[in-house]
Amino acid sequence: MADAALPTASRTARRSAPRGALMAKVFEGLCFAAATALLASLGGLVVSLIIGGWPALSKFGFGFLTTATWNPVTDVYGAAGPIVGTLVTAALALSISLPIAGGVAFFLTELCPAPLRRPIGTSVELLAGIPSIVYGMWGLFVFAPIFSKYVQLPLMTAARPGSLLEAMTSGIPNGSGILPASIILAIMILPFMAATLRELLLSVPPGVRESAYGLGATTAEVVLSVTLPYVRTGAIGAVMLGLGRALGETMAVTFIIGNSHNFPKSLFDSGSTIASTIANEFTEATSPIHTAALIALGLVLFLITFTVLGLARLMLRLQGSQS
Amino acid sequence: MNTVNPVEASETSIAKIDPDQVKVDVRGLNFFYGKTQALKTVSVAIARNQVTALIGPSGCGKSTLLRTLNRMYALYPGQRAEGEILLDGENVLGAGVDLAKLRARVGMVFQKPTPFPMSIYDNVAFGVRLYENLSKPDMDARVEEALTRAALWGEVKDNLKGPGLGLSGGQQQRLCVARGVAVRPEVLLLDEPTSALDPISSAKLEETVTQLKADHTIIIVTHNLGQAARVSDYTGFMYLGTLVEFGKTDEVFTHPATRKTSDYITGRFG
Repeated sequence: MADAALPTASRTARRSAPRGALMAKVFEGLCFAAATALLASLGGLVVSLIIGGWPALSKFGFGFLTTATWNPVTDVYGAAGPIVGTLVTAALALSISLPIAGGVAFFLTELCPAPLRRPIGTSVELLAGIPSIVYGMWGLFVFAPIFSKYVQLPLMTAARPGSLLEAMTSGIPNGSGILPASIILAIMILPFMAATLRELLLSVPPGVRESAYGLGATTAEVVLSVTLPYVRTGAIGAVMLGLGRALGETMAVTFIIGNSHNFPKSLFDSGSTIASTIANEFTEATSPIHTAALIALGLVLFLITFTVLGLARLMLRLQGSQS
Repeated sequence: MNTVNPVEASETSIAKIDPDQVKVDVRGLNFFYGKTQALKTVSVAIARNQVTALIGPSGCGKSTLLRTLNRMYALYPGQRAEGEILLDGENVLGAGVDLAKLRARVGMVFQKPTPFPMSIYDNVAFGVRLYENLSKPDMDARVEEALTRAALWGEVKDNLKGPGLGLSGGQQQRLCVARGVAVRPEVLLLDEPTSALDPISSAKLEETVTQLKADHTIIIVTHNLGQAARVSDYTGFMYLGTLVEFGKTDEVFTHPATRKTSDYITGRFG
């Protein structure tokens, strides 16, 4: 009996040792501190953006968002140009890269011959790791001349006067502008979305795929009607993260968008995004109201990104309640 | 050891089936996962509109044999089959076979329920829509018929728009059976369909299987010997990739022709 009791007693003693309890307390405290620090920094960021941008926001009022005059000489600032530039380039980039990313992911999971799977998968991940400034340089020095010569000029020549195509393609054919910037953005967010979508598709239980094939469905039918709906929650998340990156991307866009504060009038017109404007002008902002205007731009970008993520959540919740 | 049940010394015993009754004829089938051979020269004839059970210890090749019949293995590189499988005389292992059409003829229900992320109605209609263009009333009738056959209609008829994934495990599995029979396959493959189910759901599914054989040829893989004895007309016992014994279920269970079968069904191993 004594023999049997001894191990039990020592085990209990070990479990309630003060050292373990202390560890638990410290661990809890650290986790709590980490979470609090995150919240505090987010709050601090928003508050400082509001304070810093307030002079511009109070001076120009709602017109800050709706007018397209951005003139550091006369200190009149309206951000409609960069705001529209940001939204249009991000939307175009997403609509270009999403179908391609989907195609890459489906190919890698369903169709790719086994020997090619690894090389293609690895190169997708490598693409995701290229720094954005490299994309920017490549865009300006390599992509822009080619785009100008083989896309922009032929389209402009082909456009009949007064046609929609002419309106869409007007601008200086130097290979920079809204559409080229969107294409570079699309290339940048493509690998991330493709890699995420691939992971998602791989996470579909084999039984579900096999069941769909087992009913006589072809690959396209399986992917479109079964595996894609199966991962739609994650897929929307992946798309939104890609969109978030496109909205905030700075360097590559700054290189190739043309950096004009005017409201972009066509796909090839020079424009600017919020991020590119801030990057271009922050060192040159000498008047307090110019600095305030740039900080206010930052606040607007923050709100846009926040709204995108919020809408994504809302969509997911609506979908979740449906299925 | 030698005192129990005198059994014949022969290694294997495969009963022949009247050629007119044969739906699926497996001839000299070898199967490989990469370099590992999982099936060794399996030859067996499956009777039309009968239930054939495949029994045997884990890893003996039952599920592999099942997955060759609709070429499900072809989804995975490195898996290959040699030999012949004749479905109404046509070799399904042939090069020019349309896999989607083959799988519409040879349906399959899996071990775990795998409802699609859509409504109950759409789950059942999914396969039908792939090959038939039915009007709304016809489709409604087909869905009702399939759910009725799978003994699920009564439980879901007021909730057809509800999500398939919202059903209980047993209901999900019967939904998968309904989905499988809705396309009216000639052969229905059931891979341990009740292994994840409670006894009541299992009993319902067994009843379903017995009813389904009027219109379908059914092959069921099961670890549950009682289930094999209850639902099947023919039973095949597999061991280490070989079909050891095949015959009428009554005979296999009461007078097994080989020692291995006898040992297995009396619970001596496996």
